[in-house]
Order: sequence, then structure tokens, then C-alpha cells
Amino acid sequence: MCKKLGLLFLVLALVAGSLVGCGKSTDTGGDSGDSSDVIKIGVFEPMTGANAAGGEMTVEGIKLANETRGEVLGKKVELVIVDNKSDKVEAANAVSRLIEKDKVVAIIGSYGSSLSMAAGDIVKKAEVPAVGCSPTNPLVTLNNDYYFRVCFIDPFQGTVMAKYAVNELGAKTAAIIQDVTQDYSIGLSKYFIDAFKELTGDEDSIVEISSYNTGDQDFSAQLTNVKGKNPDVIFAPGNYGESALLIRQARDLGIDVPILGGDTWESPEFLTIGGDAVEGAVFSTHFTAESPVTDVSDVFLKQYKEKFNKDANAFAALGYDAYMVILDAIERANSTDPKIIRDKIAETENFVGATGNITLDENGDAVKSAVINKVENGKFVYLTTVEP
Amino acid sequence: MGNQGFLQHLANGISLGSLYALIAIGYTMVYGILRLINFAHGDIFMLGAYITYYGIVFTPIPWWIMFILAPVITGFIGLLLEKLAYKPLRESPRITILISAIGASFFLQNFGIVVFGGRPKAFPVPSLFNKIIKLGGVSINLITFIIPGVTILLLLALTYFITKTKTGMAMRALSKDYETASLMGIDINKIISITFFIGSFLAAVGGIMWGIKYPQLMPLMGVMPGLKCFIAAVIGGIGNITGAVIGGFILGLGEIMLIALLPNLTGYRDAFAFVVLIIILLVKPTGLMGERVTEKV
Repeated sequence: MCKKLGLLFLVLALVAGSLVGCGKSTDTGGDSGDSSDVIKIGVFEPMTGANAAGGEMTVEGIKLANETRGEVLGKKVELVIVDNKSDKVEAANAVSRLIEKDKVVAIIGSYGSSLSMAAGDIVKKAEVPAVGCSPTNPLVTLNNDYYFRVCFIDPFQGTVMAKYAVNELGAKTAAIIQDVTQDYSIGLSKYFIDAFKELTGDEDSIVEISSYNTGDQDFSAQLTNVKGKNPDVIFAPGNYGESALLIRQARDLGIDVPILGGDTWESPEFLTIGGDAVEGAVFSTHFTAESPVTDVSDVFLKQYKEKFNKDANAFAALGYDAYMVILDAIERANSTDPKIIRDKIAETENFVGATGNITLDENGDAVKSAVINKVENGKFVYLTTVEP
Repeated sequence: MGNQGFLQHLANGISLGSLYALIAIGYTMVYGILRLINFAHGDIFMLGAYITYYGIVFTPIPWWIMFILAPVITGFIGLLLEKLAYKPLRESPRITILISAIGASFFLQNFGIVVFGGRPKAFPVPSLFNKIIKLGGVSINLITFIIPGVTILLLLALTYFITKTKTGMAMRALSKDYETASLMGIDINKIISITFFIGSFLAAVGGIMWGIKYPQLMPLMGVMPGLKCFIAAVIGGIGNITGAVIGGFILGLGEIMLIALLPNLTGYRDAFAFVVLIIILLVKPTGLMGERVTEKV
């Protein structure tokens, strides 16, 4: 019995260990101490784990913005970048570290609504403003005076995709496959369902709601259940990696209806992992290089191309905008006190960013148009822009 | 669920189960011979998949050569791991080596993050494996047939090797009593090296098959399969190779059927595996096919 319990304990310990994870934190700079001629801005983004590509693309945009405008109030702006490992616990730790150890005046992040929400209470308590680049779940900024974002929110995004499904594809029934560990996926699914039911006028138009967890690789059972219900369209918002595998397996199972998703799909990995299977996949996003919206977009696209030698994506553009919004607020505040900066961020109005004109509403959310993209010949192709 | 739906679920379950079985074989073999739970097995599996990826994408070596070469390279890495992490501790209590194995596992994961990067890589699936076969209303990818085939083939080859060859006999002798075996003139170091080579070779084959079925490579991709296959090995009776295969199939089919029959419990599929493990450990700790080791007086 003793041996049995010992083995049991060991297994439990290992499981716990694997959930907590281990690893490194990526930080650049941060060794110049607390010298007062430097303003530190913290960045917490997923650089490893299930959201790594999204985090990396965002950080590219932030770094580009920092190179473009590296000074404010006559002081040098230094980025402190911390990896949140696509993990909620790590995200909370990363933000605490930025505030307590690095004494940053403002924070940018994070890709992934759940990761941003994990940091919400910490920034609120410490009274340090945070600007999210692409977390779209409404709860990120709700009841939190210190959290802002430069992107639209999911009630809008879900409606956009439901409208596309009903009006463009003529869908009468839909199935949902959601990632139950991501607030982003659950929230977006909910708004899609509400809008889809309203548009079709049919309470029973959602024929199946299936779930999976981040990190799952096999979706064959869920997809077989969905196949049995014969939906006209499948809405499956989730991480790019899981979604690409899911679509591959759907096509293997002979499911040939259109599959729709959200902004997380915009990553090169979605195309390489998905291969031929993701051809025709349609999703909403924030920005496209094919249709620049402002003068700043043109400048951003050109700079990005020069630095990284590839076309920019929505996440880089949002990272760029989040940084610029903070710098603009610091300038207007004429102070490095996080509380004053917070007030100035909240007043942001008609700020011309790469992704459009940014005006923050009473919740701290930007009201912006959405872009619909489709995968064609292994590339993201711009379909249309939807105004709010 | 209609008839077709059930058959499709069955096919999905067998496909997943055979993959678990394939990885569990190596796990259980190392345990059976050395009485060491090699927790780094899942990470060796990850290395195998990455080596194949780099071989195919960055060298002109054709994929089918790489499918043989990568397991061989991985085998040598496993051998090196044994030399560095386990051999110096061979005289220490078993728990010390176990902790060293956990350390090795974390090391390899972080090595993966540093060297391969955090962003996932797309495994280059040879087009040969991308065929879809339709039987009635059931749609099956060709790889679904290949994986069980490879699993059974390796199972037979390994069983033959262990029961019929001289090296296999030495391995079995070692598993019974390592000091006596060395007195009988068996080169312990050599036999242990061979064991680790084969174990890691099998893990890499599992990694390749996994890559074809789920073409997303990540440095932590070995963690969950590693734990699942450990569970499969325990279900079958750890140390028993045939048992590991049976355990793999039970686990794979069980997971798929859980989602098929109780869709509301989808979020608990990993928990299901661990619950099965706990039940097995409490009810029949030797597993389905394990032998009870009697202590000699």
C-alpha cells in the first residue's frame, strides 16, 4: 500500500509540475537600473506555448514602434519584455514582476484574453495602466479603470462573422467548436450564437456546441459528432495551432462545409500547419496590409517591410498602436506618474494609428472596423471591411 | 449516434490508441529491463520529431531515409542521456535516478525552447500519407492504417529480439538480477546502452507518426503524450510490452468514446486518463498483464 501511495503521489506531483510548467523568461534590456532619465514600459506577451506566434508578432510591432519613437519628454523609452508562456499563472507573475521589480510606468499586453484577464486585478491594485493589443473579450476592460485596448471587442467580432455566415454563405444552421480554456473562444462563440440565432430567426439554428482544451491535438471525436448534425457552417474560434489541426481533421473526416474563425487565425503557422486543408477558411481580423486605412498605416507598412522583410499583420500593427497610444498619453500627461498617464490614456480621442482612428470609449475599448480575410492559395486574402 | 457515427468513432479511437501504444512500448521496455521510469521519454519523442523536421526541411535527404535516420540519431541521444543523467547514479537509491529523470525531462523541454524556438513548426507530411480512404460513410486517413501496422510490427520485432536473441537474453537476465548478471560475464554498460538506444529509437518512431497525424511541433509537445503513454504502460502492467500496446488501445478508445458518448465531459479527457491511472493503481497496481514480483526471503 505504501508503495502504491508513493507512486500515486509521484504521478500527482508530476501532473502538477507539468501544469505549472517551467522555463525561462525572455527579457531584453532592464539592466540600466532605476535611473530617472529612462522611462520603462513593460510588455508581457506569450513568446512560448500555444500562443507563441501571436505574441511574437505583437512584440515585433512594439519594437518597431520603439525604434520609430524612442523618446518622450526628453527621456529614453526602454521596453522590458517578459514572456508569459501562454499561461494564466505566468501572465500574472509576469505583470507583478514588471510592476514590482522593473517599476514600469505602463504595460502593453497581452495577446490572448485569458492572459490579459489574469493581469487585470494586479494592474488595478498597483494603479499602473495597461493597454491590450488584441485581447477581444469584453471582460478584459470591464470594471477595470486601468485596462484599455486598441482593438474591437468580441460582441462586434461575433456579429460580423454571424452576418457573413448568414448573408454571404446563406447558412441556416451552424455548429460551434470552442476551446473551453480560452475566454476568447467561449466569448466569441457566445456572441456568434446570439447573432446567428437572431439573424436566422431560428432558436434551433445552432445544431451542436462542441468543446476542447488548449493543447489538445485530436479533435476527431468532436468532429464526428458535428458531422452527424450536418451543419451548413462551422464556427471554430481558437488558437491558430489547434484550429489548423482541427480543420485538417475535419477535412479528413469528409466535412466539407465552410469553417469560420476569429482574429487568432492570422498567423503564418495557421497556413503551414493547416496546409491544403485550411484553403477557404474565413476569419475576421483587425487590419490588413492590402487595405491601409490611415497615413500612419502606410508609414508602418513601409517600416515593417524594411525591418522584417515581410508583409505586416494585424498583431504587429496593434502592438505598434498600443505603444504609440501610451507614448502619446505620456506626452500629454507631461509626467511619468502611472496614475496621470492612466487618465490621459482614457482621454485618447481620434488618435491616428496604423489600424485606424482610435477613440477609447467609457470602458476603455476602441471602436473600430473589422476586416474579413480568406485563405486562398496558401495566403491570407482580403475580402471586405465591416464598419461597426 | 448512428451506426456510421459509431464506426467512425471506433476508427478514430483505434487510430489514437495505436499511437499511444507505439510510444508506450519504449517506455515500458526501459522500465521492464532497468526498473527505471524514464520520464524523459516524452521529450526524447519530441526530439525525434524535431530531428525529422530539420532533416527533411533543411537537408536534401529524402523523407524516407530521414524516417530511418532520425530514430537512429535519437537513439544515440538517448544513449548519451543515460550516460550523463543515469549512469553516475546507478548505485544510488532508485528515487535518485527517478528525480534525475524528471530533471532530464525539464532540461530537454527547455533545451527545445531555446534551440527550436517557442513558435510551432509544421511537420512536413509526405504527400503519400495524405490520402483519405472512404469506406461507406466512414472517412479514414491512410495514416490511420499505417500507425497500427507500425506498432504491431515493432511489437513483434521487439518481442523476438528480447526472447530469442542473445542480447535479449542478457537484457532479461539484467532485469532479474543485475549483480548476478554481471558476474555471469554480461557487459552491463553495453546492455543498458542498447536498451536506451532501442527505447529512444521507438520514441522517435512515435514522434514521426505523431508528426504525420498531428503536424504541429512544439518543444512541450512531449509532455502530455509522455504522461498518457506512461498511463497506458501502467494500465497494461508496466514492464510488459504487449500490455503497453493493450493499454494504449484502451486509453485511446476510452478517450474518444468518452467524447462520443458524453460530449459534455470533453473538457475532462485528460482527467479521464489520470482517473483511469488512479483506479488501476488502487485496484490492480500490477496492471492487466503485469507479474506480481514476489520478494525472496
